[in-house]
Amino acid sequence: MGEEEWRRRDGRAWNELRPIKIESGVLPNADGSAYIEMGRNKIIVAVYGPREMHPKHLAKPDMAVLRCRYHMSPFSTHPRRSPGPSRRDTEIGMVMRYALEPAIFLERFPRATIDVYAEVLQADGGTRCASITAAAVALVDAGIPMRDLVSACAAGKIEGHIILDLNDHEDKYGEADVPVAYMPRLDRVTLLQMDGVLHPDELKRCIELAIEGCKRIYELQRKALKRKYEEVVEEVKEGE
Amino acid sequence: MSAHFENRALVVPGDILYEGRIRAGNNTYRMGGKVYATHVGLVEYGRGVVSVIALEAGYTPMVGDTVIGYVVDIDVGQWIVDINAPMNAVLKVPDAMEVPFTPDLAMTDFLDVGDTIVAKVVDLDRRRTPILSILGGELGKVDEGLVVEMTPSKVPRLIGKKGSMVGMILKETGCRLVIGENGRILIQCADREDEELIVSIIRKIEREAHTTGLTNRVHDYIMRMRGVKNG
Repeated sequence: MGEEEWRRRDGRAWNELRPIKIESGVLPNADGSAYIEMGRNKIIVAVYGPREMHPKHLAKPDMAVLRCRYHMSPFSTHPRRSPGPSRRDTEIGMVMRYALEPAIFLERFPRATIDVYAEVLQADGGTRCASITAAAVALVDAGIPMRDLVSACAAGKIEGHIILDLNDHEDKYGEADVPVAYMPRLDRVTLLQMDGVLHPDELKRCIELAIEGCKRIYELQRKALKRKYEEVVEEVKEGE
Repeated sequence: MSAHFENRALVVPGDILYEGRIRAGNNTYRMGGKVYATHVGLVEYGRGVVSVIALEAGYTPMVGDTVIGYVVDIDVGQWIVDINAPMNAVLKVPDAMEVPFTPDLAMTDFLDVGDTIVAKVVDLDRRRTPILSILGGELGKVDEGLVVEMTPSKVPRLIGKKGSMVGMILKETGCRLVIGENGRILIQCADREDEELIVSIIRKIEREAHTTGLTNRVHDYIMRMRGVKNG
């Protein structure tokens, strides 16, 4: 069977993303927010700040501190998961911070903090990438100065095929998973992890494929950010 | 040497605005001979400068700004004030009252935690902490009215060219407005309905800040709302 005919369990081609929906400014009480649906993933991200750091001893004198909290709701998985923060939540919070930090002008806000809260409402594989994608949109919505957006997407391998944007099944039963976060305009990778076994050539192909996916997601992030304003412009035109 | 967008086009952070020699203005940065945007907003190509009018941005305190703040804490000889900035501001006793500070001065009788003040940023200290003053006309503790918040970068839109927008609103409603550069606006009206009208006007201006002909539309809006109320 050729690469063209082979289809994934959910009917996607090897290089096909899941359907993505991004919305910015969904929470009126947060400084910035975003909601993302990536296939069956549903994640809401809120951003607060830059604001005064508490406790004060954690503040840095020369730059702002970015704090990311990643959390999966108890009802986001089957079976129900314990509501407290797990070791995995802590790790993903940390990698989100590493992925977003290079994009933000933290040095403009000494002694302050920027808080990012990602809440996974429904999970289906690839939530760390979807969280980073939504967090970048929420940071822009909060009016925080950014060098570039950050888009994130995974690539991996299942049944010997290199594939883009793994879902939960492919993540669990596949051979490897490579999440990548990427700043498209600056052409910089800000997150690179790998879980599983890959030949070095395959890893290279996975990274290239994931970056290709990030570029497609980037276009959707741009549209989501602009939509809020373009809708108003159209509304005003209609009113005249 | 070329512009990458039309004037007043909507841009997002990371968009390349210009390649070549040009000054990088507000909400932009330069890297490797290119000028990029740092905020969502409308790009503006001026004479030898490219800048972005931000549609979402926080408040950065500047000397001379009028701000509306909430007292959040009291220290020895100073009040700590939340002014919607990355760091809290301080109001020292000599900048608040004519009486000199003595250890037995009852500071809470003058200003207490939870009080709202209209203040001026008079200085930034070496840690860039804003120093406030409430000495002078129009400044001081607020006893009545309603405070609403809007995106600080859209405050110039509420004021309008040479105060045209706010002047029109004041004329039509007869209310008193104190506009803080930090995005907080104090509304004082004769009755509650007028206050609610002003709040809805501010929400409209905030939502439609990036469109043209806003002053006329707001004027029509006030007339329409007034018509509903009277008719």
